[in-house]
Amino acid sequence: MSSALREFFAMGGYGAFVWSSYGLTALLLVGNLVLALRRERRVLRELSMRASVGAEHDAA
Amino acid sequence: MIKTLHKYASPMHFHAVARAWSAPLLWLAAALFLAGLVGGLVLAPADYQQGESFRIIYVHVPSAWLSMFAYLVMAGAGATSLIWRVKLMDAIARAAAPLGASFTALALATGSLWGKPMWGTWWVWDARLTSELLLLLLYLGYMALQSAIDDRRAAARAGAVLAVVGVVNIPIIHYSVEWWSTLHQPATITRLGAPAMATSMLIPLLLMALAFQLLFFALLFIRVRSELLEFEQRASWVREILRQARSR
Amino acid sequence: MTPRRRRMVTIGLLIAGMALATGLILQAFEQNVMYFYSPADIAAGKAPPDRDFRIGGMVVDGSVKRDPESLAVTFVLTDYQHETTVQYTGILPDLFREGQGIVAHGRLDTSGRFTAREVLAKHDENYMPPEVADSLKKAPPGATP
Repeated sequence: MSSALREFFAMGGYGAFVWSSYGLTALLLVGNLVLALRRERRVLRELSMRASVGAEHDAA
Repeated sequence: MIKTLHKYASPMHFHAVARAWSAPLLWLAAALFLAGLVGGLVLAPADYQQGESFRIIYVHVPSAWLSMFAYLVMAGAGATSLIWRVKLMDAIARAAAPLGASFTALALATGSLWGKPMWGTWWVWDARLTSELLLLLLYLGYMALQSAIDDRRAAARAGAVLAVVGVVNIPIIHYSVEWWSTLHQPATITRLGAPAMATSMLIPLLLMALAFQLLFFALLFIRVRSELLEFEQRASWVREILRQARSR
Repeated sequence: MTPRRRRMVTIGLLIAGMALATGLILQAFEQNVMYFYSPADIAAGKAPPDRDFRIGGMVVDGSVKRDPESLAVTFVLTDYQHETTVQYTGILPDLFREGQGIVAHGRLDTSGRFTAREVLAKHDENYMPPEVADSLKKAPPGATP
């Protein structure tokens, strides 16, 4: 690693604090997106299962 | 005017709008994040007192702002739903809560990671930190209420009352640093007069704040879609969407 | 009154009542909401004499005296009205320096000296690069030549 890059990651000795802040932020933002999309998929699946059961019921 | 409002507040219409807008908002937010990160981590100079550690501001302040903004969205939607009985508003309030909770937790965590090297402590019970922690508890209380009450209408109404009552905490958070002596410093940007920050440091902060804001709306839209589908599961427009989803 | 108006008024009253109650509570507990006392508060006798509390102020330039043998340090805190001398033994935070705000937790002895168990640094709301800070120091804004 070049010294400029090493200096960048060291953040003047505060690297642990700065990078864990940014890491936590990235984790939380991406996690929020994944959770929101997963929830929508689950709702769609559940509702469509319930709807098809209802449809069979109506036909019977 | 009332007619167009009604049209936009219709669950079917809002669902379509939310579906159309979430992806463009996400891409725009991603581009702004990239610009803000380069500006904040590389281009902005180190602070004269805090050195490189001040760069935590670029994630701490936007999440703290959003933690309050999301609450105003939740409480505003709650009040609107209590007064005008708009179903869409219940969906918005329910969608905003987990997002607000996570941004509040992020503001607290990044603040802690900033406080340790600068102040010398992870946590203090001063008015700013305590009122922000109370905000997290309000969000968690709202979410607990939603999952504890089975009837959706009753849950939405109880949650709306809690959200509206808790809105008193928002001015307390904002003005805590002026009304009382706190370890947390007063506002840099949201104060009367010019921001007390060099322009080269300020621009990345505004970029990051905008990125967070757009991401919030994208996430809100995605979550509102699920809420609307559940609220309206008997409506014909939902059946139509389910049919399309199955045939895909 | 239509039901809608009635609900609007109810919510308005709910928020107003909550704000009033919170305001009264905060008023009653003001001493506890205040994170620290200033040297002027201490001079006015507002600080508790026989239990721990926090004091906040600016470290006076040139007042910091370190014991070369140990981690003991004494310094003077000011709020530009009154001054209090603080003694402390331990590691100071990175931001501790003369002319900077700090908050110390400890208690006052009978002679009016404050013995701190903990010292925290308080930073201000200004952010700027070092070069700008240097040039500001040379020519403070609003200074008459």
